[in-house]
Amino acid sequence: MFVINCPYCGEREQSEFKAGGEAHIVRPKQPTELSDDQWAEYLFMRKNIKGVQFERWVHTHGCRKWFNVVRDTSNDLIKAVYKMGEKPPTK
Amino acid sequence: MTKNLRVKSSKFVDETYKISFKFNGKTYYGFKGDTLASALLANDVHLVARSFKYHRPRGIMTAGSEEPNAIVQLHNNTSRTEPNVRATEIEIYEGLEASSQNCWPSVNFDIGGINNFLSSLLPAGFYYKTFMWPASFWEKYEYFIRKSAGLGKSPTEPDPDIYDHKYIHCDVLVIGSGISGIMSAKTAAKNGLKTLLVDENSYLGGSTIYQNSEHFKINNQTSSSWLEKEINEIKKLENLEIKTRTSVAAYHGYNFILARENLTDHLPLDQRKNKIRQRLLKIRAKKVITATGSLERPLIFDNNDRPGILLSSALKKYANLFGVACGEKNVLFTNNDSVYETAISLHQKGINIEAIIDNREEIDSKLIKEAEKNNIKIYKGYTVVNTNGFKRINNISIMQLSKDGQKVVGSKKNINCDCLGVSGGWTPAVHLFTQSGGKLKFRDEDQVFIPNMHPSDQVSIGSCNGDFTLDEIFLTVPKILKDFLNIKKTEYENFEVQSSFNKSKRNIWLLPSDKVIGKTKSFVDYQNDATAKDIKLALREGFRSIEHVKRYTTTGMGTDQGKLGNMHALGIISETTSSKMGELGTTTFRPPYTPLTFGTIVGRNVGEYFDIFRKTPIHDWHVENKAEFENVGQWKRAWYYPKDGETMHEAVQRESKAARDSAGILDASTLGKIDIQGTDASEFLNRVYTNAWSKLAIGKCRYGLMLNEDGMVYDDGVTTRLDDNHYLMTTTTGGAATVLGKLEDYLQTEWPELDVYLTSVTDHYATVSVCGPNSKKIVSQVISDLDFSDEKFPHMSFKNAKIGKIKCRVMRISFTGEQSYEINVQSNYGKSVWEKCMEVGKEFDITPYGTETMHLLRAEKGFIIVGQDTDATMTPIDLQMDWIVSKKKYDFIGKRSLYRSDTIKEDRKQLVGLITEDPKEVLEEGAQIVTDINKSPVEMLGHVTSSYYSPNLNKSIALGVVKGGKKMMGQKLIIPMPNKKINVVVADPVFLDKENERLNA
Repeated sequence: MFVINCPYCGEREQSEFKAGGEAHIVRPKQPTELSDDQWAEYLFMRKNIKGVQFERWVHTHGCRKWFNVVRDTSNDLIKAVYKMGEKPPTK
Repeated sequence: MTKNLRVKSSKFVDETYKISFKFNGKTYYGFKGDTLASALLANDVHLVARSFKYHRPRGIMTAGSEEPNAIVQLHNNTSRTEPNVRATEIEIYEGLEASSQNCWPSVNFDIGGINNFLSSLLPAGFYYKTFMWPASFWEKYEYFIRKSAGLGKSPTEPDPDIYDHKYIHCDVLVIGSGISGIMSAKTAAKNGLKTLLVDENSYLGGSTIYQNSEHFKINNQTSSSWLEKEINEIKKLENLEIKTRTSVAAYHGYNFILARENLTDHLPLDQRKNKIRQRLLKIRAKKVITATGSLERPLIFDNNDRPGILLSSALKKYANLFGVACGEKNVLFTNNDSVYETAISLHQKGINIEAIIDNREEIDSKLIKEAEKNNIKIYKGYTVVNTNGFKRINNISIMQLSKDGQKVVGSKKNINCDCLGVSGGWTPAVHLFTQSGGKLKFRDEDQVFIPNMHPSDQVSIGSCNGDFTLDEIFLTVPKILKDFLNIKKTEYENFEVQSSFNKSKRNIWLLPSDKVIGKTKSFVDYQNDATAKDIKLALREGFRSIEHVKRYTTTGMGTDQGKLGNMHALGIISETTSSKMGELGTTTFRPPYTPLTFGTIVGRNVGEYFDIFRKTPIHDWHVENKAEFENVGQWKRAWYYPKDGETMHEAVQRESKAARDSAGILDASTLGKIDIQGTDASEFLNRVYTNAWSKLAIGKCRYGLMLNEDGMVYDDGVTTRLDDNHYLMTTTTGGAATVLGKLEDYLQTEWPELDVYLTSVTDHYATVSVCGPNSKKIVSQVISDLDFSDEKFPHMSFKNAKIGKIKCRVMRISFTGEQSYEINVQSNYGKSVWEKCMEVGKEFDITPYGTETMHLLRAEKGFIIVGQDTDATMTPIDLQMDWIVSKKKYDFIGKRSLYRSDTIKEDRKQLVGLITEDPKEVLEEGAQIVTDINKSPVEMLGHVTSSYYSPNLNKSIALGVVKGGKKMMGQKLIIPMPNKKINVVVADPVFLDKENERLNA
């Protein structure tokens, strides 16, 4: 069980949070203009990286805020956390 | 008459405090401070168990938690019984009753012992090979296998003890209180760090605390007396907490550690009342110092498992710590210097050492010289090739080793003995380190795996780090501590340390024998009866990966997880396949390090606290009125209210009839309620629901359907416009939390530009729903100053009102198809409003109804229940609810998915009504729907989702999903049941009042 540094509340146990899948997948602004394939790409296709992955997490049992986490899935080490709308760290 | 093998007194046991206990029905005596093992040994009892597969007699082998053999059942046939307890760990107490496991009728005469003589028929993988065929016979085999295999018996009664959980946060956690652990804890605490020191034993000091020898000195004091002073000092440190009898079970990532603190298991039974038995500590440490020490290795030779064969370190511990001799004629067998320390120690206590067998030829150290000086006969370059004695060792055979150590030469010598202490060197206890994700490296010079890469802020120190001797410890520990704790110096520098230990070792994983391997029983895993022969067989059969060999031979799969023999298994594989140990790797060490009881794991979450449940503000009334309850999510909801011995069916029929004929009342408080405010609230609802919301007038209500982005129905409910920028959304009872979560997700991540605020108000309001033709008469009396005329208060609208001084919101909405009013009041008024409705409704015979009747009434109207009539594969179109999907709106969640190639298929499963040919035949929910029963395989068209007997229609009704069902109106289908076929006709899902006349009746 790891510890997540919520950008709003600080360090808390993982059990207070819920994972929300891959980050930086933006909902298309005009879904109706997309082909089935393009829509399916948004809807279903997710990476499943062994290594550094950008993820969304929500502090369910805390501030209820969504934010982004950069986590190495091979050892659960969290490299960075940042708020929604902020640019992901480059290194 | 049993012998007394108690030798010179030891300060660790209190000889003035005599304790009686029973083992296998016989009463023995021991002293306070004894473990069951030490007390049994003092009474000359070695035979304590039978082995798992061959039922061979087994004795106590170790003096710690690594014990593979001496596992016993405590308090058999009582509620406190516990299987698989290590006799080497349990401290004796007045009233202790222990018995041997896996033997029948007794440990002395065990029928299963026949397996020992059939052992050539029971090779590795025996069960896999034999019982695979024929498959149908498995049930018959299983009965006998289960009967003959197995360890202890699990209790059959509820556990009467109390368990607890506790969180601990600390700067530094030190695991293990041996000399390295004590030095670490003291250094950390003295440098202002909040430190926790845990140890599985009842005492501090590890093995150094009884290392009372002139050969091991620290600053001119014997190591034990130096350490004792250190311990006395650390006990005074303020920011150091010490927990003994606390065993670390698991080491997870981010320094999250689970430990079991044993609080009462050592107390007499009558002193345990109302005390917490064990506590699961959930420790989150900023830094962890692992000082778990090392485990002595046995040696692998023929018949190395007899009672009376112990680890040499165990012999020493029993003598020094407990004052117990394990035998009167002791022989030691070694490949390193450790046994000489044992020999000298035992000799000083007057315990006779017959001989030492050392597989090394050229040896020379202070310890060896001293042993020789004491006239102990040393056989250099020899190995034990066999042992004799069925229930207790009485004789060993030794032979000389060849120069290369591959075979034995010369003639056999026999030595009589009643105890054999063995030492194959030491294995660092790296279990916790690897659990945490740490990687090991192999050190060739002494053939050990030691920690290499630490994954979190932790360090291994002392012998678990491969620094076995006192001089090594004083060399490395201060250095590691300074670096790890980021401090300038420790108090342990430039110490004068005397350690006479010579590190030379002749490592032979499988000692040679004069017999062929097939004729030997050289045990590698004592608990699971896995021998060197089995491992070699597995390799011959083609198994290569250590993980496969482990599972095939069951090496290391017992309750001791192979703490003693895993290294030898690896060694034998490495030697046989000519591969390098470091490249083979180890098997995975899994938590818990030692077994945990279920009680400790669940803690206080038992009985009514097993799972939390939620009650509505009106709950007490339902209880007083004998409602039966149903679990809906975490809620306890009134299911039905049986009267005068009614069955569920009878009660539901009565309630349903009453609600349609006069008046019914339902506690709807559990529905999820979300308060939505903000200038963009209408736009937000437009985006989350399938229908349009902008034009909903203030004071009006609207039903909405919410989809997932994949177009599948997710939730539904009525939302009311309270004001311009203020809505109250209701969700399904089970969906409240996830709907709120989903809405927040979209608001925060996709549409942060919207000015909308969401608040969960489910618990804030109680909801009393009154329905039926007389509902208006009742609510208009309860809320007297509100105009309930259809003109002023039509269906799908809402009013603010007051009951006396209590503010309430009244919605005229209906889930039953009847005229219906929902009164929402602040929770704490819920029960009084309910009671008022009951009182006023008396003249109309108002009938409380539960969820079952609610479900029946809505099914008559063809209203869906999300999650019952839908699963995550139903679109609104599949539900024949096209009317609620806005064609005009540019976008809403899930819209694009409604015309994906898959969702527009016409043969998708669609919701339809089902009418049985026989109106009395009620279908089973979940039953399959087919059309042609003779076709093979029978094509499944769908299944029944809801089914009831309608008292208002006097017939059976059902909803179901059927492939292409929309186009099958009037078609006959078949529901095959185990003993019959039921004919049904596809119908409109609305069975009653299609014109909605009752809403305004």
